[in-house]
Amino acid sequence: MNRRRFLRSLGLAATTPASAILAACSSAPRRGAAHVVVVGGGYGGATTAKYLRMWSAGRIDVTLVEREARFVSCPMSNLVLAGLRTLDDLTASYDRLRTRWGVRVINDEVAHIDVARRKLRLARNDGIGFDRVVLAPGVDFLTEQVAGLAGNFERIPHAWKAGPQTELLRRRIEAMPEGGVFALHVPKSPYRCPPGPYERACLVAHYLRARKPRAKLLLLDANSEIQSKRALFAAAFAGPYKDIIEYRPDSTLLSVDAQTLSAELEFDRVRADVLNVIPPMRAGRLVDSLDVPLTNGRWADVDWRTMEVRDRPGVHLIGDAVLAAPGMPKSGHIANQQAKLAAAAIVELFDGRSPDPVPTLLNTCYSFVDDRNAIHVATVHRYDAAEGTVLPVAGAGGLSSTASEEEGHYAAAWARNIRADMLA
Amino acid sequence: MTGKSTLAALCLLAGTTHAAAPAAMHARNLAANCTPCHSPDAPAPNAIPRIASLPADRILQRLQAFRSGNAPATVMHQIVRGYSDEQLALIATHLAASPDPAFDQR
Repeated sequence: MNRRRFLRSLGLAATTPASAILAACSSAPRRGAAHVVVVGGGYGGATTAKYLRMWSAGRIDVTLVEREARFVSCPMSNLVLAGLRTLDDLTASYDRLRTRWGVRVINDEVAHIDVARRKLRLARNDGIGFDRVVLAPGVDFLTEQVAGLAGNFERIPHAWKAGPQTELLRRRIEAMPEGGVFALHVPKSPYRCPPGPYERACLVAHYLRARKPRAKLLLLDANSEIQSKRALFAAAFAGPYKDIIEYRPDSTLLSVDAQTLSAELEFDRVRADVLNVIPPMRAGRLVDSLDVPLTNGRWADVDWRTMEVRDRPGVHLIGDAVLAAPGMPKSGHIANQQAKLAAAAIVELFDGRSPDPVPTLLNTCYSFVDDRNAIHVATVHRYDAAEGTVLPVAGAGGLSSTASEEEGHYAAAWARNIRADMLA
Repeated sequence: MTGKSTLAALCLLAGTTHAAAPAAMHARNLAANCTPCHSPDAPAPNAIPRIASLPADRILQRLQAFRSGNAPATVMHQIVRGYSDEQLALIATHLAASPDPAFDQR
């Protein structure tokens, strides 16, 4: 039987791409096939699901459990705040993971992970067993660390998880009075997306400059300095936004008052018309099921050759929840790279081989400073066997020399392309 | 051969032919560093160039030109310095052999 006839007997054209065959493979349940459950369908989880199917050539069954029906991107969501994108632009379906790659996608929430029995309990559906599990839970907020914040995210939006919060903050900004004050609080590092708060300050200021030119933006940073792309953001604050943005370092937030929209800082007190607090954060609480110690009570340590949680073989963790390696940001791009590292290791381990001894990760992170111009930071990270961790490659990586329209085009293309890399 | 058993055979075949040797596996993993930006599934037109399916020597020449500073770049000159000559060659060879769905559909 030649390839054409062979495929036709399956109802597939000879030009059918390999990925369509993968989708067909999974629809026929197979006894004894390895089963991996991926929890969380963000930049890390969705990429893991796709690459497990691709790199195992359909030999590993993959189930993705995600609590939202659709993917919403955090990267680019600061553009929504400035009215330069809609939330719809950032929203995508998981359908291609199902139809092209044969991933079983379950819209549900994980209630508990039983590591010993290799089982997940779900909130609405029957529990599922796994041979390996990949957790990509993102971050949860330590709301209790800011007095008065709990239960007040309607009055004081965080907009640090893209979705309804993004639209809520956009409406607040639009409704701000002429000459009003927008106060933005940055938590102590590490937090999700190091350059994100400073990009947000620039983009909100860009909007204010055009629509409410007498308004002010107070950037209240718990850190002692700008945490990413420092010189480039400092140039934007001192240049185009010098009459709007006031940057205040060492501004640890103690409490907020949701009625008066005031914020009590360690050395100061401010009142705002729009108060946007990015709360302190930690690994998604799902990791508490694993009963492992968290560094600073927040982040879980992994073996960088496989992304397995320390002392929990078969349980992989990727994305913002991971205790970062030196110089490694909590970014969507890094989550994509950790996803591939985990997927590659899982395929090798199921085949009884050793994982890649020198896993290498790349990060390229764009930020917009206005509607057209963007800047980047790039780093390359490689496993160092002697140190037992991943380290930045000396001499590699760097920053933009200046903000440019050319990088604005690359930033927009990055967002579309990385989405295709995980969901198409 | 029934449809079902043919399908099972095909799945098995897909599996055995894709089991990667260590060197090929390492090359594939390195090339996956590139695809967040240079995804073969990226929509066209695109500000970021497609590289899958291009000839390996063309990809490698370009990567080396970024490293020597002979090709203008915003970020690529910073990225290529994170990889050895040998790694760049592995990446170029793997990308050249990668199918690009945009070309398949023509």
